[in-house]
Amino acid sequence: MPELSASGAALGALAAAAVFATLVRGAALALVYPLCAVAALVLGAVDLRVLLTGTELTQQLPIGLPTIGLHLRLDPLSAFFGIVVNGGILAASVYGMGFDRAKELTRRVEPLFPLFAAAMNLVLLADDAYAFLFSWELMSLASWALVVARHADPESRRAAHLYLVMAAIGTAALLFAFGGLAGPAGGYAFDTMRGHPPQPMVAALVLAAALIGCGSKGGLVPLHAWLPLAHPAAPSHVSALMSGVMTKVAIYGFVRIAFDLLGPPAWWWALPPIILGALTAVLGLLYAVLDRDLKRVLAYSTIENVGVIFVALGLALAFRANGEHEAAAVAMAAALLHALNHSWFKSLLFLGAGAVLHATGRRDLDGLGGLIHRMPRTAAFFLVGALAASALPPLNGFVSEWLLFQAVIAAPALPQAALHFASPAIGAMLALAAALAAACFVRVYGTAFLGRPRSAEAAQAHDVPLAQQIAMGGLAFLCILGGLLGSVLATALAPVLADLVGGGLPRAGSGPTVFSLVAFDPARSVYDAPVIALFVAIASLTTLVVVHRLSARRTRRGPAWDCGFPDPSPATQYTASSFAQPLRRVYGTAAFAARETVVMPPPGDSQPARFSVVLVDHVWRALYAAPGRAVLGLSERLNALQFLTIRRYLVLMFAALVILLAIAAVTT
Amino acid sequence: MNQAYEISHLLSGAMLVTSFALLYQQRVAAVLNAFAAQSIVLALAVAWAAWSSNRPDLFITALIAFTLKGIVIPVALRRTVTRLGIHREVEKVVGVGAALLVGLALTGLAQALVVKVASGTASHAREELALALAIILLGFLMMIVRRNAVTQIVGFMSMENGLILAATGARGMPLVVEVSVAFSVLIALFVFAVFVFRIRERFDTVDIEALDRMRGDRR
Repeated sequence: MPELSASGAALGALAAAAVFATLVRGAALALVYPLCAVAALVLGAVDLRVLLTGTELTQQLPIGLPTIGLHLRLDPLSAFFGIVVNGGILAASVYGMGFDRAKELTRRVEPLFPLFAAAMNLVLLADDAYAFLFSWELMSLASWALVVARHADPESRRAAHLYLVMAAIGTAALLFAFGGLAGPAGGYAFDTMRGHPPQPMVAALVLAAALIGCGSKGGLVPLHAWLPLAHPAAPSHVSALMSGVMTKVAIYGFVRIAFDLLGPPAWWWALPPIILGALTAVLGLLYAVLDRDLKRVLAYSTIENVGVIFVALGLALAFRANGEHEAAAVAMAAALLHALNHSWFKSLLFLGAGAVLHATGRRDLDGLGGLIHRMPRTAAFFLVGALAASALPPLNGFVSEWLLFQAVIAAPALPQAALHFASPAIGAMLALAAALAAACFVRVYGTAFLGRPRSAEAAQAHDVPLAQQIAMGGLAFLCILGGLLGSVLATALAPVLADLVGGGLPRAGSGPTVFSLVAFDPARSVYDAPVIALFVAIASLTTLVVVHRLSARRTRRGPAWDCGFPDPSPATQYTASSFAQPLRRVYGTAAFAARETVVMPPPGDSQPARFSVVLVDHVWRALYAAPGRAVLGLSERLNALQFLTIRRYLVLMFAALVILLAIAAVTT
Repeated sequence: MNQAYEISHLLSGAMLVTSFALLYQQRVAAVLNAFAAQSIVLALAVAWAAWSSNRPDLFITALIAFTLKGIVIPVALRRTVTRLGIHREVEKVVGVGAALLVGLALTGLAQALVVKVASGTASHAREELALALAIILLGFLMMIVRRNAVTQIVGFMSMENGLILAATGARGMPLVVEVSVAFSVLIALFVFAVFVFRIRERFDTVDIEALDRMRGDRR
């Protein structure tokens, strides 16, 4: 099989790049990125070929555990996620080529980058539990080491520590999941698992474990706490990979277990992913709207998108359990397309944030502003990403969200009362999330790129090197193209959908043009992206022309209206916090017990007035801080046991012996 | 044949009595005497088992027990005690009465346990085993109710006596194992001895409570 050999060679090249980067220093480290880009291209090409031809490649290697060996398999599902992963790696590598060879390369980042890339590809190729968990752990550890690369920063260390703990919990859960799937016979190859679906109770436990394992990696509430700390702490191109791509590997893991290995679904399997996903979507954006750190906002938005994808996966499970294959295909296509689209626009946004960070040295929104004049290209690309993330037509984010809403609208047809009645609530929560996403990105873009600079650094910013512009430009192009060609992408998914839900999109190609995306009925549920794009273009161009006609002929630049206060400070502009205030008042009180306090000095006193907001993260308090305190308290109590006298240790041993003997005497 | 078991039970019973005697001795010298008595009775019991069941290798075990634990170790410990000047009253953690009551309960436990666990074996072997287990438990008890390092050594050696007795009752324990057990006990004894001297050098006493006081630990 030449394809798998090509993939193997590319993975070998990544491993060689990692080893090479540990041996050299200085400018030679820059060679890592072209090598990674080439490897990603090769891997992506193989994936694309497998996806388009709908073939399935398998390979068994005699390495790994004795008697099990190493099973590799590239089926359409792996190939699809491989395209997602390698697209992200390619963009991040091209971005990396723009780094300053003298200053920006360190041996803390460059050797780990190809390792991280190779590990994510290996997870997709694995066809037995051992290979899967091994590469999953490799992926976790490589990304952890990248998070801790800036270890001088205590925030970074804290994030890395939390990430390590959560990754360990997630892997342990996956270990249980595969243990349940392997059954008493211990068949750890995925083929054996497929042949022997577990008992219903075991299947439920496996599903829960998979949800914990993959959900903690993807950032599903309440396992999300590490994500907004760890993703922004890494270097920006790695943040793009972690947020845009690694979360997709987590989703791949869930799809692989829930749709492929676990056998025919029961309808109630759909409830946990749907409910948690909807909660994640809304809560993620509520965090995002209130946060003031550019990269952290993007990480919270990732949490929201993972929630959206989980909702779609849950709907697909519900439809499939009820034998509604058409609707299942729509929901599944929504999940997969959203994974692809999110990987593009989130990578773009993180690379844009990296460009801003590089140009200004700041991530706090309230220290930015006016960048559209100083970094025009980055600003344009970031705008495309922000529009796509807000799911506005004709960009790619809208395509998958539209498909998801079609699936939600079809959900009341489900016979089970729980799903039946939950579907309007889910639809409402998703709609709220979509609206909050728009608000969130208006806020981010408006504060960072519009207005006047709020700091000296922002005022002196300049655009980034060409390679980094190419990386962002390519992704922005993909976001636009993915929006226009949504129907083509959905058709290309047919082999994956056939494997997972028993058939592709039912009415693909029945619309008026090739570019019409049809969900169920060509008469009612059609999204015709090029037509809409044309309409948007015509409408905005007409408006532009009319406005220019009606206005004065020449554009003049003059001072902005200053409300009668000459020379105002940039601090008088809308800030990120003030923009979020209405949303904080509406939702913050319920979600975060937000309390605002205003301290006004008495009249005549020249002290400044103080305004402060206190937010409480209930999830953190209940599920992270409280157990942490309990463990700490218990260990402090038990600590005394380490400082007893010899005689007391002997007494303890003797007591244990006597008690055990007494038990033996009583029970035998 | 019955007579052989009667005599071996008599000797094992005598060892158990000396174990109780160890528990209530007030002075270090008396503790050492009781220990020597127990070791000599052990040697007799082992020798009787060797003679009655015709296993001549057990005579070597008996000889080791007699010379090493019946004579050499008690004499050595006695000389140490005189040299260190600690042949006075032994401090106890719990009173004699309570210690004896606990010892009685342990003996009962050993009896009950062996009756339950070894119900398949012959009754004489079972009783032998029960007595040995009781001696082991009493040795352990001795280690934790006394505060003196020398008496802890004696408690440890008394446990080892119980082990030898059990091994004699259980047929087929090879001599190599016994020799190695005896050897390891000897090593442990050396360690204890060095330990005792170190305590003495530093704190002018062998009361192990001094270690706790040094560490700032309150009782």
